[in-house]
Amino acid sequence: MRISIDPDVCMGAGQCALVSPDVFTQDDDGFGTVLPGREDGAGGTLVREAARACPVQAISLGEAQAPDR
Amino acid sequence: MTTTEETVAFPQSRSCPYHPPVAYDPLRQDRPLSRVTLWDGREVWFVTGHRTARALLADQRLSTDSTHPDFPIPTERAQALRSRRRAALLGWDDPEHNAQRRMLIPSFSLKRTDGMRPRIQATVDRLLDAMEAAGPPAELVSAFALPVPSIVICDLLGVPYEDHDFFEEQSRRLLRGPTGEDIEDALARLEGYLGDLIDGKRAKPGEGVLDDLVARQAREGGPDREELVQLATILLVAGHETTANMISLGTYTLLRHPERTAQLRADPSLLPTAVEELLRFLSIADGMLRVAREDLEIDGTVIRAGEGVVFSTSLINRDDAVYADPDALDWERTARHHVAFGFGIHQCLGQNLARAELEIALGTLLRRLPGLRLAAPAEEIPFKPGDTIQGMLELPVAW
Repeated sequence: MRISIDPDVCMGAGQCALVSPDVFTQDDDGFGTVLPGREDGAGGTLVREAARACPVQAISLGEAQAPDR
Repeated sequence: MTTTEETVAFPQSRSCPYHPPVAYDPLRQDRPLSRVTLWDGREVWFVTGHRTARALLADQRLSTDSTHPDFPIPTERAQALRSRRRAALLGWDDPEHNAQRRMLIPSFSLKRTDGMRPRIQATVDRLLDAMEAAGPPAELVSAFALPVPSIVICDLLGVPYEDHDFFEEQSRRLLRGPTGEDIEDALARLEGYLGDLIDGKRAKPGEGVLDDLVARQAREGGPDREELVQLATILLVAGHETTANMISLGTYTLLRHPERTAQLRADPSLLPTAVEELLRFLSIADGMLRVAREDLEIDGTVIRAGEGVVFSTSLINRDDAVYADPDALDWERTARHHVAFGFGIHQCLGQNLARAELEIALGTLLRRLPGLRLAAPAEEIPFKPGDTIQGMLELPVAW
């Protein structure tokens, strides 16, 4: 899994950080961001729930990229 | 969709303050879309299905522009304001809405609202001290449910709480005033008051969100004074009326569900899930409005440009495809993904603050007053009519 947040779409509702605080947080400006080192989801069980909770669907959960690409 | 000759009228009052109006019951069989008739005879779409609601609330072809000639007007008294006033944030689509919202996002982040918890707790404790000293009994709306969010939003915005009688009264008239003229007068008074306050802050800056916006204006040239006043108005009104209703109606609902209340007292770690479930169950902002800016298709139905759309928050949040046994209050369920705060770009800016206030207010009330009970027959306690935000008008309690 490769988690990313589209910064142009995010509107800082904070739902990702509320639902899955082990993977998401809000930066000082209030926008959602993935915690460093957690871009692969870190086994967080609530990542998909967090993506679903985003009111503007700014979170994408892509397939992990091949490491040698 | 029903093809019966008479469509259901919207809005209607609840018979029980925490259940959707009984008159909407037939529409539950009719998910996800029905038709309802407004006061002026106009038929509009009525969204009742959860999945459909989320898709449509995220669809920016549906507009919140209340000055659009086809925007649905829910009450006769709201007609007066429609073409001339456009609320900040909620009355605008993107990109204007986005520009306004971005100025405010940092002030309402999880971190900022978590940082406010100690002050919210202190406010709650102080109000309960006073209530306990004076009673029992007490009238919980005026002694607790209204002052908690009112003090908190004043603190956050930089509005002097000693003016609360004035702005609470104008907010009440704005949301429930008997006539359009009354609403216009209330809005003019509120805007006049906040305009003076903002001018004062320009000369002598303080520490609230409004002070930050004034400083930003001085630094970057925007927002202009009128926009600032309109932002301040919606933040002040939305910041106290909604949460006050959740506290009063939430308390009433808890007292009508003694087993659920006992569970919460026994295990306060249930509070965050309980607050989420109460938000779903009570759906106090019942009826979010949109107009279609262009044709769009959803679930095989075409919504035409210019058609009105009403989102039935209470029925959406009781969609049995998403929530098993939806009419039961249940702390075990995951009430997440309810639309009590809306969805899409207009989802409530203050939702994290509201959650913090509700957890602290309801949790502390239950902990400090183990014998809390209604001090009047439950069926006789008055609550708000269906054409405004739902909540208790009064809540006599004893302990």
